[in-house]
Amino acid sequence: MKSFVFPEFQIIRDEEKCGQCRGCERQCAFGTHTYDPVADRLISDEYKCVGCQRCVVFCPKDAIVVRPSPSYYRPNASWSREKLEDLKKQAETGGVILTGSGNDKPFCIYWDHIVLNASQVTNPSIDPLREPMELRTFLGAKPDQMDISLKDGEVKINTKLSPNIMVETPILFSAMSYGAISYNAFRSLAMAARKSGTFFNTGEGGLPKEMRNEFGKYAIAQVASGRYGIDAEYLNCAAAIEIKVGQGAKPGIGGHLPGEKVSAIVAQTRMIPQGTDAISPAPHHDIYSIEDLSMLITALKEATNYEKPISVKIAAVHNFAAIASGIVRAGADIIAIDGLRGGTGAAPKVIRDNVGIPIELAISSLDRRLRGEGIRNRCSIIAAGGVRCSSDVIKAIALGADAVYIGSAALIAMGCTLCQKCYTDKCNWGICTQDPRLSGRLNVDIASQRLSNLIAAWSHEIAEMLGGMGINALESLRGNRDHLRGVGLHEWELDVLGIKGAGE
Amino acid sequence: MKGRCLEFRIIMPRIRRELYTKDICACSIFGAMNRDGERFNGAGVMKAIANMHVRGNGLGGGFAAYGIYPEYEDYYAIHLMFTGKSLQDKLSAKKELDAFLCQRFDVVYDEEIPHGDESTVSDPPLVWRYFALPNKKGDDALLTDEDYVVSIVMWVNTRIENAYIFSSGKNMGCFKGVGYPEEIGEYFMLDRLYRAYTWTVHGRFPTNTQAWWGGAHPFSLLDTTIVHNGEISSYGTNRWYLEMYGYACTLQTDTEVIAYAADLLMRKQMLPIEIVAKILAPPIWNAIDRMNEAEKKLLTTLRMVYGPLLMNGPFAIIIGQTGKMIGLTDRIRLRPLTAATRGEMFYLSSEEASIRLISPQLDRVWTPNGGEPVVSELNSMRKVLQ
Amino acid sequence: MCKTVPLDPEPDTSSAGDRADVAEIDATDLQTKELNDRLREMMLSGIKKVNIRNVCGQRYIGTRLYTPQHLIMDIEIFGTPGNDLAAFLFGHKITVHGNAQDGVGNTMDAGEVVVFGRAGDILGFSMRGGEIYVRDNCGYRTALHMKEYNEKRPVLVIGGRAQDFLGEYMAGGIVIVLDLQGLTHQSNFIGTGMHGGVIYLRGSVESTQVGNQVAVSPLDESDRAVLDHYVSRFLERFPEVGTKKDEILNHSFVRLTPKSKRPYNKLYTY
Repeated sequence: MKSFVFPEFQIIRDEEKCGQCRGCERQCAFGTHTYDPVADRLISDEYKCVGCQRCVVFCPKDAIVVRPSPSYYRPNASWSREKLEDLKKQAETGGVILTGSGNDKPFCIYWDHIVLNASQVTNPSIDPLREPMELRTFLGAKPDQMDISLKDGEVKINTKLSPNIMVETPILFSAMSYGAISYNAFRSLAMAARKSGTFFNTGEGGLPKEMRNEFGKYAIAQVASGRYGIDAEYLNCAAAIEIKVGQGAKPGIGGHLPGEKVSAIVAQTRMIPQGTDAISPAPHHDIYSIEDLSMLITALKEATNYEKPISVKIAAVHNFAAIASGIVRAGADIIAIDGLRGGTGAAPKVIRDNVGIPIELAISSLDRRLRGEGIRNRCSIIAAGGVRCSSDVIKAIALGADAVYIGSAALIAMGCTLCQKCYTDKCNWGICTQDPRLSGRLNVDIASQRLSNLIAAWSHEIAEMLGGMGINALESLRGNRDHLRGVGLHEWELDVLGIKGAGE
Repeated sequence: MKGRCLEFRIIMPRIRRELYTKDICACSIFGAMNRDGERFNGAGVMKAIANMHVRGNGLGGGFAAYGIYPEYEDYYAIHLMFTGKSLQDKLSAKKELDAFLCQRFDVVYDEEIPHGDESTVSDPPLVWRYFALPNKKGDDALLTDEDYVVSIVMWVNTRIENAYIFSSGKNMGCFKGVGYPEEIGEYFMLDRLYRAYTWTVHGRFPTNTQAWWGGAHPFSLLDTTIVHNGEISSYGTNRWYLEMYGYACTLQTDTEVIAYAADLLMRKQMLPIEIVAKILAPPIWNAIDRMNEAEKKLLTTLRMVYGPLLMNGPFAIIIGQTGKMIGLTDRIRLRPLTAATRGEMFYLSSEEASIRLISPQLDRVWTPNGGEPVVSELNSMRKVLQ
Repeated sequence: MCKTVPLDPEPDTSSAGDRADVAEIDATDLQTKELNDRLREMMLSGIKKVNIRNVCGQRYIGTRLYTPQHLIMDIEIFGTPGNDLAAFLFGHKITVHGNAQDGVGNTMDAGEVVVFGRAGDILGFSMRGGEIYVRDNCGYRTALHMKEYNEKRPVLVIGGRAQDFLGEYMAGGIVIVLDLQGLTHQSNFIGTGMHGGVIYLRGSVESTQVGNQVAVSPLDESDRAVLDHYVSRFLERFPEVGTKKDEILNHSFVRLTPKSKRPYNKLYTY
């Protein structure tokens, strides 16, 4: 059947500049560029191009421009080109449209409607270059009070403390499984977490054995519905355990790692046959109700001798605050919430773009709910889903989160351009592919340095903004909505966020 | 207590968007204590605070005095102010309060707090004091007297319009209002009518022109009083944490959170002041990481558990309690505090000159380090002799 | 010391053109502005030396004494002067018989301040010239952003110890802290952001007490000459300290200087 769908991207090659080095042909795993020896020029098949910009960046002559094709349909506010073409694809195949990365639709980005405070006159701003500025924070459950006895100058702590993990900066690497991303990318995240005093999350794919000794203590080991790669050693080598109940990109449905991406090592780590599809079912089949979750949390605590905090990751959906409150009472030490803009390696487009709520509203709503019930101390909140810059991090913390997870931002640091084709196993940047020819392009030392640079730059910017607000320790910003104001928001949005409008 | 916590949430309309107006104030503070418990009148401290007149702008002043009601030393001395535009408003608030209070307390004596000519101060409220003991009924009988009084204070301050309890301890009292502190001292005749073994004073410079009598310092809960110079940039966070424990922050000033934090940590959780200081003004992580194992573990644990009570921003505070006076500054000492001793007298002040004015000779004068408390206690903790 | 009873009846301090040897002001019950009014009047009427008694918290003493003709006075203060003593001082000499408070020598341009006691916070803040000698301790943020240009170089000598943030963003000048009681320096964050000037500490400090931008080194000949000069001047002013110059100088000293003029040049990206 002939496809009626147009190419998404247009490739313009400056023939004068082009030196026929065939670099673009080698760079593109989608086979977009081919060399025609007769005409001695490069030809491009626009239908194959996904717009990842790899050839553009690596062309030694800067001869290529890849840009979105202008739409050829009559302009229609309701039937956008994307809607038309998705429909045609479905008519042609009868399949579910798959996509990668996070929601790209124009839902309101609340980060861009919140502004920050600065101190003047009544309170000095603090200069982070010269005075101490502290971003260290602890994730886990805290007791409501401490029983301390002071005798003969010696202090004794009588309260039993829950395990906590300590981060030097409130930015952690989000769950991206080995399988969804390449081994090199996965290792780069681990190295950067070690260097920057933070943690990375293993995602559903487990932690390869050879990495456990070196990187286990910087890892948050995820226990997902498919229970891939989970053995007692895996659980005990990590710093914390995370039960993945849902994620922002695809709330309510399971995960699907196509067989193409299940290479030999992926198979070994996940403990499934090579080449099979790795399906993570939608629910954990041992959690059909909240008391079952409580049982799993306790089981994991038993398996790790009560030495590690247990986190539960849920997607931010309509009544999630009540669910989260239940999860805290079920014994979770950390709640990770993933909002509407959360990324993924593969998800049905219709679910990614329509299910879930924005993380900004979610953080605020959860923080208020837990405080209202008097249980906010019992867990830390980590927020994820579309954190793009250091000001987003600060705003998340001021709204009530303890820390943030970055997923897409970390991939972009390594080279990703959000072309949304992660599920094809053809990532030209070597990030989310298992093809060794491609993943070899990602140099682990360079990629991990780039990630550390990102964290260092953001941490410094956070210190500057904190200092500007007259605060020198991160714990004094958490939930401190007094330092935020809303611009261009409705009354109800200000209410949910719990902030005043600018000028109020 | 938890049940009451939720109730407050529904009543306070501001909570829906957690709107509050925070008054910022720069000011002067002063404290004087006689460690033998000998009581003295307020003339000296009024003079001392007047010496720091330029630090205030006349929009607030107040005093806390300990040991002033020896005849009623076993009764809670509840100081109330009834505000409102007209005398009618004030009286109707009092009527409502009286009805409420008499059901929950046995009031042995009550009267208007004596004061001078009303024309010397701006728009004074009706100020009254009640000497009372708790009369706990039903479930309330399970509460301690102190928790009971705290819950009544929170209730009255959030629910009864135009009535504010601004002092609720035994054998001590706060006096405050809009005006220079020396004017407030004159108004309440503190140099003539009262003798105390500890006085703390505050002169205010709020940046909100709508000053009101309840907004002046000291802030108090039971017998803990706070006078504060500075601005707490972590107010939103501190308040958010304290509200979970049932403290309603109604008085629109950041100093309130210090008073409630002190009550929570010192009275309810019974932590010693050395630990409380390390919670409110902990050392920097670099310094903690270099300490010995035991200290490092203690301080790391305190910061981890009580992070939301770290008081960030510049502050110098004087905490008054029965038998104690404590001075503390923020961890990087952005506000001044001078301590001095002369015989059994212990002084704390924003400026040394004020201490010299009332005690020209001093045995020792120093400025304590940021985050390190200076504690002065009665030599015995026996009852104050009359 | 500050008393509430005036010492002597006030001598005649008016009569313009009449050069009294030492004029007297009784500051009891005087507001800051009144006191400074009188001081300026005296200077303009040709008086060269003034004793101010019963000082108690009056601020900015010495600040309003600039004239284009550069008239200079010698002022002795008895009591506790208030904040910002000698702020913007333009060449006068001020001696304090008592403790001083915060802001002594704030943006001082020239002149001399001698304190027979301690000083408070931000001593010598943004000082640009002149000399300050303090017999005892001082508070936080001493010599913050002190600066110098060519021969115009401020000097601050402290007989006791300083608290935290000594020499924060220092850009010039000389600070000497003698710790005559030998109690060891307890300050932290010494010299953070330092990019000019020099601090001499008698005794030693740990590397953890000192900012990242600061280099700690031993003295050389020119340093010793500088110390000799200023310690002599310190002892001239405070003979009651009792310690001999040799005893002070023979002790070990450390010198703190900035590692670079541009401590933060790798910070930004474009």
